[in-house]
Amino acid sequence: MRSVYIAGYGQTPVGEQWQRSLRHLAHDAIMPAMQDAGIERADALYVGNMLSGELVGQEHLGALVADFVGLRGIEAIKVEAACGSGAAALRMGYIAVAGGIHDVVIVAGVEKMTDTVSKDTTAALAMAADQEYEAAEGVSFVALNAMLMRRYMHVYDVPHSAFGYFAVNAHQNAVGNPNAMFRRAISLDTYLKAPMICEPINLMDSSPICDGAAAVVLMSEHLVRSMNGGRRPVRIAGSAAGTDSLAIHDRRDPLWLEAAWISSQKAYQQAGITPADVDLFELHDAFTIMAALSLEASGFAERGQGVRLAQEGEITIEGRVPVATMGGLKARGHPVGATGVYQIVEAAQQVQGLAGPNQVHDVDIALVQNIGGSGATIVSHILIGE
Amino acid sequence: MTVARSWRTRRQRYSLVGERCEYCHNAIFPPRDVCPHCAEPAQKEFALSGKGTIFSFTTVFDPPAGFERYAPYPVALVQLDEGPMVTAQLTDVVPEEISIGMPVEMVTRRLNEQGDEGLILYSYKFRPTLEPQAAIV
Ligand SMILES: [Zn+2]
Repeated sequence: MRSVYIAGYGQTPVGEQWQRSLRHLAHDAIMPAMQDAGIERADALYVGNMLSGELVGQEHLGALVADFVGLRGIEAIKVEAACGSGAAALRMGYIAVAGGIHDVVIVAGVEKMTDTVSKDTTAALAMAADQEYEAAEGVSFVALNAMLMRRYMHVYDVPHSAFGYFAVNAHQNAVGNPNAMFRRAISLDTYLKAPMICEPINLMDSSPICDGAAAVVLMSEHLVRSMNGGRRPVRIAGSAAGTDSLAIHDRRDPLWLEAAWISSQKAYQQAGITPADVDLFELHDAFTIMAALSLEASGFAERGQGVRLAQEGEITIEGRVPVATMGGLKARGHPVGATGVYQIVEAAQQVQGLAGPNQVHDVDIALVQNIGGSGATIVSHILIGE
Repeated sequence: MTVARSWRTRRQRYSLVGERCEYCHNAIFPPRDVCPHCAEPAQKEFALSGKGTIFSFTTVFDPPAGFERYAPYPVALVQLDEGPMVTAQLTDVVPEEISIGMPVEMVTRRLNEQGDEGLILYSYKFRPTLEPQAAIV
């Protein structure tokens, strides 16, 4: 296997981008990424996207985006794994370069969610769950997460207020990210007073519906050495994906993210590290409960203790396990199929010391984890600065 | 949901017909032909009793398309007595009375209607288990 490097990246601001279409958003991320990497051509393009068919009426994004950004002719394929589509696309790019099939691959994540009305977006997001036995009963994706959160609070005797530290941290970090959707800090009091949307999930437990696109250029070692322009090379030292049942009711233990455990353990092994070596963890805080469960299943906290890490200040930029360092899904925003690529871009910025006011001190190793559905697909990547 | 899809799953929705694995003897719902516990073939039909307890629950206020006119409605993960868990709506109960561990039983209720001339879908819902009635003397 060959070493794979991130040679460049680009991203659009996250938000309600009514003036830009799906294909324009992809363009706005891919062109800066290509420029950043100093390339005019690539061997392949993998596009992470979840809902283009349902919300934009457009499938076949690989060829569409390739043509739109001036790459007509190259191999180009859409990769879908619900909200984990971005990282799934990255993993396809990684496999292609590591396996010696391609030397230069562009991975883009793109999502357009704000052209449709709320009930249609809600129904589309529920497609990440089991359509015949979860969504068919009228259970929304938020409701599934709400039931996980309530169970967690019941089993571990955790008050709702304890989850607030995840939201406070995410919003605090988004202030320093020019591409974040919500660039304003909130207090714990704001969290406690937020309107309930699906008990016990309130507005501040939940990530927003939004548009956005992010892209990275992957290169094999021999090319990136000569092209990196003085910036610190970022190597993808671990890449792994795990699965679990689509439906929460089919899991062996609904409060344990088995796919996070599987993929993070594989990635640690590939990189030759343990959780103690990780300097920051870009986790998938689509809901605060998911942040807690991810910390536990990825080896940072005992079961039922993920929330305590947040309460004790360990997840802030100065803490032991910084998470959501650029705002996370909660405050940077969660354009579902693009999120996994945003996470990689942000982690690469941190490893290169380019995270501005949000820079975590002395970052060498970042864990990046993207979740599809309520935990059925979980992809973990480890970035190491050289 | 399309007519064919609704028809295919009618025995699951009307009478909780699942499977019993002949190798590890676990009950399985919904049926899936491969046992999720031991990965052996599982095709022996088995109808669940419909009795269970609430594992967790919430109320849907912001429903997906097709369920707007029913909101708000309570939903739950129900741990069935035979082992499998099922995701379903609750019925015949006010949200304030729902709690984790509460015994519930399956009933057949209307799930939704697809317009004036479309399908009327029925499915399992769960209600608080009725107390057994005293015998009339
Ligand atoms: Zn079995």
